[in-house]
Amino acid sequence: MSHRTRQLRVSSLARVEGEGALRIVVADGHVEDAQLEIYEPPRFFEAFLRGRAFREAVDITSRICGICPVAYQTSAWNAIEDAWQVPVDDRISALRRLLYCGEWISSHALHIYLLHAPDFLGYPDAVALARDQRPTVERGLALKKAGNAILELVGGRAIHPVNPRVGGFHRAPTAAELAPLAERLRHALDDALTTVRWVAGFDFPELQLDCELAAVHHPGHYAIEQGDLVTTTRSSFPRRDFLEHVTERQVPHSTALYAELDGRRYLTGPLARYSLNFAQLSPLARDAAAAAGLEATCGNPFRSIVVRAVETVYAVEEALRIIGSYDRPDPPAADPTPGAGIGHGVSEAPRGLLYHRYELDAEGVIRDATIIPPTSQNQAAIENDLRRIVSANLGLEDAALTSLCERTIRNYDPCISCSAHFLDLTVEHR
Amino acid sequence: MIALIGVGNEFRCDDGIGPAVIASLRDQVPAGVTLTITDGEPTQLLDTWAGADLAVIIDAVMCEPSVPGRIHRTEAVPQPAAMASTHGLGIPDAVRLARALDQTPQRLVIYAVEAADLGFGHGLTPAVAAALPNVTRAVLAEIRS
Repeated sequence: MSHRTRQLRVSSLARVEGEGALRIVVADGHVEDAQLEIYEPPRFFEAFLRGRAFREAVDITSRICGICPVAYQTSAWNAIEDAWQVPVDDRISALRRLLYCGEWISSHALHIYLLHAPDFLGYPDAVALARDQRPTVERGLALKKAGNAILELVGGRAIHPVNPRVGGFHRAPTAAELAPLAERLRHALDDALTTVRWVAGFDFPELQLDCELAAVHHPGHYAIEQGDLVTTTRSSFPRRDFLEHVTERQVPHSTALYAELDGRRYLTGPLARYSLNFAQLSPLARDAAAAAGLEATCGNPFRSIVVRAVETVYAVEEALRIIGSYDRPDPPAADPTPGAGIGHGVSEAPRGLLYHRYELDAEGVIRDATIIPPTSQNQAAIENDLRRIVSANLGLEDAALTSLCERTIRNYDPCISCSAHFLDLTVEHR
Repeated sequence: MIALIGVGNEFRCDDGIGPAVIASLRDQVPAGVTLTITDGEPTQLLDTWAGADLAVIIDAVMCEPSVPGRIHRTEAVPQPAAMASTHGLGIPDAVRLARALDQTPQRLVIYAVEAADLGFGHGLTPAVAAALPNVTRAVLAEIRS
């Protein structure tokens, strides 16, 4: 049995909000168990939200995650507006979609360039990649900045946006304010298309998902900021039935809850969205996907980097489309009328489906909150991938095996409590 | 240009020390000094400090063994840990990336405050709260020197 533990010392500055660990048990030459131990914040926030005024939910939940605050905000206002059937103007919905596109562009560019690409190119990390291929990394950072520019202009700032509220926005930008953004996004579209061509040339290990897929679906467009649910079996169900299909169970090794869809392991995120909603991608995004060798569905987790790149093209294009037909909403927000009720909200965070449920009283105070983040939904599928990857590579030394496991986890960019030091690997041979 | 950067999350107890220092510095710094609160995501750090003559980062640190509230000052860059998620990229990655891209500040000073608790919760523990005025004074002295 080999077991390593890492100690944090003064030299290791704390982004230490959680710690990831992977425990693998090998018995008689086969993998008996693979447990990914992750810590995630929604449970704390669920408790923290109880007794708070509904208006606070948007600001509080945005603090759950520094990478996907808009996702948390969006699912929060979707749920509250669902409870009270708040009529939201199409122009406000468009502005929300623009904001969310900013988060997709920013998060996808960060993942593709700084985290995922080095794996395929044989670099230990993005720094080594930047030393060798500086223009490439600069392109990735420029793409990310274009996403941040949307977040800053529409959201008020790049992390934890302050402009959105239940019902809409505190202030809607003018068309003149959005114009320079369009110019920047036209360059970003070139960068995004170049990104697809770049990642398409990588070598991808063979691995096929063997689980159900689930994504938000909207009849009008590739679902990002609102919709209901669709799954691989093409069954669809309304968001209010989410908890009838998705159940969570606690496991001893993790503070994360494991979610199952109708009793089965399932996956949300880029591969699920792409495979379930492919027909709704723009012609440009579909063409880029085809040229990159993708078909109408994608089941290889290592190819998620290509899917993210295609989604980035789509998000930039969508942002340009929304700005191009922008009609400033006036007033910038609908005024919600509180009442006792229960609401459900879903949206597609960059890394997967995010569900919120709120129970509100007559004064608009939150009495109960349930937040099911993408990572707890994806955890069983990630562990299944790990089991299969480790089984096929038991001959590797610990270091090489750890690296392969990290790579497998990186396919999903799990939200691990907004920062976790990965990865302590324990391989137990029995 | 001087950039003062508080890294942390106010909903993770002592991880909120960086943001708390920035909050207490408001109205105390001269023009030309920018105050930023961030979760430490590298590209945001690069954007914040690129072109600065001096960048001062204030962050929490977990030590073994630990003296909560103890303040460390360093101009050396710590070693990064391996990461499997975009949520885990941190200051050391940011500094190394900035060097590779020529986007480092002229001078980078890091203040690390030893934390007692980085679990979920709001508010600093007493030992770290007691260190707050000292770190704030030290950072002010830094920009005056």
